[in-house]
Amino acid sequence: MDSANFSGEAVPVHADITLRVNGRERALGVDTRASLLDVLREDLGLTGSKKGCDHGQCGACTVLLDGRRANSCLALAVAHDGADVVTVEGLAAEGELSPVQEAFIENDAFQCGYCTPGQLCSATAVLDEAARGWPSTVTADVSSDPVLDDAEISERMSGNLCRCGAYPGIVAAVRQAALRHRETAERTDA
Amino acid sequence: MTVLDRVEGREKVTGTARYAFEYPVDGVAYAAAVQADVARGEVTAVDVLSARELPGVLAVLSCVDAPRLEPVPDGELALFQSARVSYRGQFVAAVAAETLETAREAARLVRVEYAPESADVVLRADHPGLYKPEKVNPAFPTDTEQGDPEGAFAASAVRVDATYRTPAEHNNPMEPHTTVARWNDDGSLTLWDSNQGATPVGETIAKVFGLGADQVHVVSPHVGGGFGSKGTPRPNAVLAAMLARAARRPVKFAVPRQQMFATTGYRTPTIQRIRLGADEDGRLNAIVHDVVEQTSTVREFAEQAATPTRVMYQAPNRRTSHRLVRLDVPTPSWMRAPGETPGMFALETAMDELAVAAGVDPVELRIRNEPDREPESGLPFSSRNLVACLREGADRFGWAGRDPAPGVRRTGRLLTGTGVAASTYPAYLRPSRATARAEPDGTYTVRLAAADIGTGARTALTLIAAEALKADAADVRVEIGASDLPGAPVAGGSGGTASWGTAVVRACEALAGRLNGGAVPPGGVEASADTTEEVKGREDYARHAFGAQFAEVAVDVDTGEVRVARMLGVFAAGRIVNAKTARSQFVGGMTMGLGMALMEESSMDERFGDFVNRDLAQYHVPVCADVRDVQADWIEESDPHLNPMGTKGIGEIGIVGAAAAIANAVHHATGVRVRELPITPARLLPRL
Repeated sequence: MDSANFSGEAVPVHADITLRVNGRERALGVDTRASLLDVLREDLGLTGSKKGCDHGQCGACTVLLDGRRANSCLALAVAHDGADVVTVEGLAAEGELSPVQEAFIENDAFQCGYCTPGQLCSATAVLDEAARGWPSTVTADVSSDPVLDDAEISERMSGNLCRCGAYPGIVAAVRQAALRHRETAERTDA
Repeated sequence: MTVLDRVEGREKVTGTARYAFEYPVDGVAYAAAVQADVARGEVTAVDVLSARELPGVLAVLSCVDAPRLEPVPDGELALFQSARVSYRGQFVAAVAAETLETAREAARLVRVEYAPESADVVLRADHPGLYKPEKVNPAFPTDTEQGDPEGAFAASAVRVDATYRTPAEHNNPMEPHTTVARWNDDGSLTLWDSNQGATPVGETIAKVFGLGADQVHVVSPHVGGGFGSKGTPRPNAVLAAMLARAARRPVKFAVPRQQMFATTGYRTPTIQRIRLGADEDGRLNAIVHDVVEQTSTVREFAEQAATPTRVMYQAPNRRTSHRLVRLDVPTPSWMRAPGETPGMFALETAMDELAVAAGVDPVELRIRNEPDREPESGLPFSSRNLVACLREGADRFGWAGRDPAPGVRRTGRLLTGTGVAASTYPAYLRPSRATARAEPDGTYTVRLAAADIGTGARTALTLIAAEALKADAADVRVEIGASDLPGAPVAGGSGGTASWGTAVVRACEALAGRLNGGAVPPGGVEASADTTEEVKGREDYARHAFGAQFAEVAVDVDTGEVRVARMLGVFAAGRIVNAKTARSQFVGGMTMGLGMALMEESSMDERFGDFVNRDLAQYHVPVCADVRDVQADWIEESDPHLNPMGTKGIGEIGIVGAAAAIANAVHHATGVRVRELPITPARLLPRL
């Protein structure tokens, strides 16, 4: 790679964008090379989202981007002008832990805690995806609503690495949160 | 049994627990590093002009012009002190810039020229450079011998003679090795750093920069895993501090995942020959365990792979040995149970081979070879409940009535089988200090420079202090993770809780003595403890934790894929302080053992040096769907010869023996003995 061609020309290009982060409008000037993850962590001080690999391989940076889980390290911030972003900091509404967060503590679904924000955002999205009837590769009958059993949960959570090996706790936590999620939904329906 | 939720749980699930990179430090700049792209040679020129001219670049350092550092034993910390390239991927230059993006661009613009030399990067059992190190990690004899092992082996009725290979493996904690460095006005250095021991990191970095130990302040309350790789300071701490001095600004540096593979340590590959000689009933007469490993030219690290063989089974004739070769490779270091992990894969697979050869059940074979004293030292065990673990595990796993015939249980495309292996890990105790303070409001604060890298140390120490103070755990606050706190040893060798807990108990006892049941005065009362003398004065016992692991696998005969259907570990590790976090430690270790068995392997590029696979897409660790049913439990063990809590370490034993249990199950399923890890489809399928 001949980088000499670039010397003197590699000046940062800035762009003004707006993000809605955890319900709050944020106007930002971003380096067009900056990932959404780095903008969240370095510019907005939202360091809950973690950088484990910076290549979309570990899931520690998972956030909810326009309602769906995404690796924020693979998203260039400039490409998401106007997007709605929910990070781990936005999961506990008004300081009250979400059922997923509570279940993670109860089931000891983490050790070092570094993958945890990504796991929590993923788990939150998994509940939503299942509720929408989205199948996974282990769903036996793709025409019916998937039931979040252990096989479904572990499949759907496999994009989030945990080197401490807290997977049994993670599966138990998501199972517990899914149950509460369904109960709440049923109560609401009733 | 005590069950306490992780005390920092709320911070960790709300994203407010701060890890090193995340401290808001005024004026902080960003670093990026340049790695050598030859495996051996000299740097002849470093052109930093383009990098320096890039707007926003604050400083550029390289191995041809960096300031001098004080020499320390770990050559990896002599950053930029020589133009010599010792391995591909070694840091040769670094930049600091206003933003992360600019730092990375500037690092890309640094042009390094080399005079390359031919490199030697492949470990071989017949390497001419093999030598006998003076000791193996941390201070064990390199070789041991009793009786006539060769003669006894040759004369044995049943013999196993096999060579086992384990690959290089990388710790890969989820949090990269990270440092934020700031030079303070008084000449002191503050490091927000990701490590397993603020005290030893501070002491070492102080030496590197010629400072007093109290002039380096290490802050690391939350650490995103380490598994040994953060047990000693890595080059990132030196790099950040050097750049901060050059840039006259605080600097932060997280080693990118791809750069971690060369610069933050790994488990050495091993080649292990084991010979077991037994009588017709499987009673061992000879055990020989000869190990070959690699280290780098920068620093000698001699993994103690044969040391568990000195502990496990009785046999009157025995030998262990370790040989190293210095290669032009990155420096290996600690990775979860260094020594025991690869060593017990070899020994426990060999024991399974002996069970097959002697026609003895593998659980029974181990019970038959149970020693009444530590075999090599002759010391009494402080406690040893391997047999209880084997029996309890066999019972719960449903081992009884197992058909030993390999390769006969097939359903559709799947062959199934079960395997067992033993686990062991030493129970270390190191000196530590701690203070305990009673406040007038009825609460207590315990302080020491312990580290919680995910082990649950903060939670365990809270319970230990509460018990010693006869207080409610909710009234005890434990402050750890900073070198300005009372000095404490590294979170390593599974000795953290034992070592720190002893100091906490002693400080709490001293505090209770000072309070003497009276009211706490307005200013509070504080007491401190230092366990140096207590640790020195321990009686001679062989102190080890033991365990038994059982695995069931299913092997797809068409693809060669191995899936672990279930795993059960039963451990005897002294008193378990907190069942909740302890179970996670055991299961976590077993899960890493599953990775070792089936997927983890760092492949050396024989032509160019360094590891070919340098990210998490190519270095596979277990994911959620790989871990179907992994369970851990323990037997109650009361041991008065350990420490005031009666604990043995639990952070590492879970990985020990796990890979052998799986490999033995693969043999039972398929009849194929895979002696080289990991057991990938590429290794297994051609033999099915």
